[in-house]
Amino acid sequence: LDLGALFGSFDNFLSFTMGGLVFGAIYALVALGYTMVYGVLQLINFAHSEVFMYGTFAVAWTFVLLHGTGDASWSLGRAVPILLVALVAAMLLSAAIALLLERFAYRPLINKNAPKLIALISAIGASFALAEAMGLRDRFANWFGLDDNLADYVAPQKARDVYSNPVSIQPHGLFDIGGYTVTDVDLVIIVAALGMMVALDQFVRRTRFGRGIRAVAQDPESASLMGVNSTRVVQVTFLVGGLMAGAAATLYMIKIGSTRQNSGFILGVKAFTAAVMGGIGNLRGALLGGLVLGVMENWGSAVFGSQWKDVVAFVLLVLILLVRPSGLLGEALGKARA
Amino acid sequence: MSITSTPTQPAKAPANPLMALGLWWDGVVDRYNALPKPARLLLVLLFALFVYALPLLRPPIITTNSIDFGGVMFGAAAFALVALGLNIVIGYAGLLDLGYVGFYAVGAYTTAVLTVYHGSWPFFLALPIAIAVTMVSGVILGAPTLRVRGDYLAIVTLGFGEIIRITVTNVEWVGAAAGIKNIPHPNNIGPAPNPPFDQGGFLELPRVAWDNWVPSFDWDHSTHVLAFGSRDAIPYYWLILSVIVLVIIGDRLVKASRVGRAWEATREDEDAAELMGVPTFKYKLMAFALGAAIGGLSGSFYASGQAGYINPQSFPLLLSMLFVAAVIVGGSGNRWGAMLGGVLVAYLPERFREFADYRLLVFGLALTVLAVWRPEGLLPPRRTRRAKIAAAEIEELEGEGVVDE
Repeated sequence: LDLGALFGSFDNFLSFTMGGLVFGAIYALVALGYTMVYGVLQLINFAHSEVFMYGTFAVAWTFVLLHGTGDASWSLGRAVPILLVALVAAMLLSAAIALLLERFAYRPLINKNAPKLIALISAIGASFALAEAMGLRDRFANWFGLDDNLADYVAPQKARDVYSNPVSIQPHGLFDIGGYTVTDVDLVIIVAALGMMVALDQFVRRTRFGRGIRAVAQDPESASLMGVNSTRVVQVTFLVGGLMAGAAATLYMIKIGSTRQNSGFILGVKAFTAAVMGGIGNLRGALLGGLVLGVMENWGSAVFGSQWKDVVAFVLLVLILLVRPSGLLGEALGKARA
Repeated sequence: MSITSTPTQPAKAPANPLMALGLWWDGVVDRYNALPKPARLLLVLLFALFVYALPLLRPPIITTNSIDFGGVMFGAAAFALVALGLNIVIGYAGLLDLGYVGFYAVGAYTTAVLTVYHGSWPFFLALPIAIAVTMVSGVILGAPTLRVRGDYLAIVTLGFGEIIRITVTNVEWVGAAAGIKNIPHPNNIGPAPNPPFDQGGFLELPRVAWDNWVPSFDWDHSTHVLAFGSRDAIPYYWLILSVIVLVIIGDRLVKASRVGRAWEATREDEDAAELMGVPTFKYKLMAFALGAAIGGLSGSFYASGQAGYINPQSFPLLLSMLFVAAVIVGGSGNRWGAMLGGVLVAYLPERFREFADYRLLVFGLALTVLAVWRPEGLLPPRRTRRAKIAAAEIEELEGEGVVDE
């Protein structure tokens, strides 16, 4: 296999791989939200993409609040203090949205023991409503007469357009692999995502709450009988998914730097694909699935042209499911041993 | 899925107006079922006549004023047909298909390619080919993926929908991003329509104008039956409505047959069905192919509709979500429920155009509220209602037992 010929040059191959890993790390963090909710409730949390989208806005708003709207181009090091605040803000907003979803779109249905499909519809509805609410934020500000105070945040007249972070973060090269220069942005994203994944994995495996999550995932009824508060476990699951989506949103904004009210949708579809690819319900599978998906679709876009990127991703999914019907690592939130 | 202890709530007193409406409707259905057969047939015929006449009657309140009512009715009927097809896949066979728009697109594009882009076939010749091509695409998608576990099917089909959309956007042979225009209308009977006014056809019907609830005939805006032009959407509406009637008849026959029972068994418990000798894979594939064919049929009519224009943006992934929402909100497994869902999903956003920018927000909230308030759908299938009544009875008996302790 001549990689050089396929990708133009070997350096191109490295560059596409690295770019894929960076996106794969973000996919993986978002995929966690899908995979945990699926593991515990066997529900596809369709509205998780909006949880992520609200996180991206929280990041941009934090920069507007702390820096102002003047466009600037900073190095990563200079942006770190504001980025840390933005990370906290994004995680909190995303977690709050996730908890709201759980409370109003899921819990009533879970209490009624409703069929799974109807929960999907409830989530699709909530997803529409959340995305539209973000797209109409200028109207809401107008209702409360806050036009002038919030103008920088709601972007009146163009609330549905791209909303950019006023500070764009310039990557700086750190070291070379072959002919490809690894930048600080790439490295921070991959390391941060891996760190969050390891932390979550340990949380689920070692803590009391983690044991509760695994118990409910294995057998909700027995878990209830053993004294696990399953409502609380479901809440924690959504909370953790939301926190991870907020972190993913921060990393996404470092890399991309702009967002809009529908930016969650396609990323959510990709993240869900990653979760299924790795084995839904399996945390390590989400990581592996995210990285594999990110790298493969980037390779695909290099070989076939970028317009075929998504086609490559989905064909790959079908191929993997044909060979391993329950994903690369199998489904196992409940089976993870402590 | 029972992860929290279900609070025992009395099944009687409805907790909100929507549930009260649901109970009232259940009563209506019961009374209808109690009627003798000729009376039921008469009621169905009257209902069909009313539905056919609806765009001419233009009843106040439900008529959309800001946008052509005939066109809205055509859109609603097309959605109803799609929902009817998707109901076979989701409601009967229990397969979650999030990429149904792919089949809709395949049907539309096959028609467009045959009638104008690479051929000049008449519409009614292209229609069966479009159905066949869509059916084959359903088999091609289903054969590898239906062996995959149920929930995974959702993402695989979603991917299929995207693959179709991306492919038609990028392949020059099917018009790429610009789409295909000037798709011929269905063949006329009687003299051909004479643009810009759709004269022709063999019969002229007036529409009804309402002035403060007083009806009168409006001959200035008459509809020419079976004249498929570009001004009046009503003949298209009648055509697709007639197709729906045929599909409903076919759907009834299939549902009541061995195939329908096999679907039901597969949906309720795949392993048990397999043990009882039902070749579940074969029947799932059949449901997939049939559902796909109806999707393609609907897409074909969409392509040759009033506008005669399709492009990749006509088939976004969100449309798949809307289709699924239509079937489930309406009552998955009940063909009337699914069609009602389809009509509502197509009609409500058009009717409430006054809300303009807010309508998607309201639509999303309405979906969630409906799902939470009436999880079994607006018109649930009869077996769901029977099961619910049985569950309520059991609960009552168990409740008494606890009190005795």
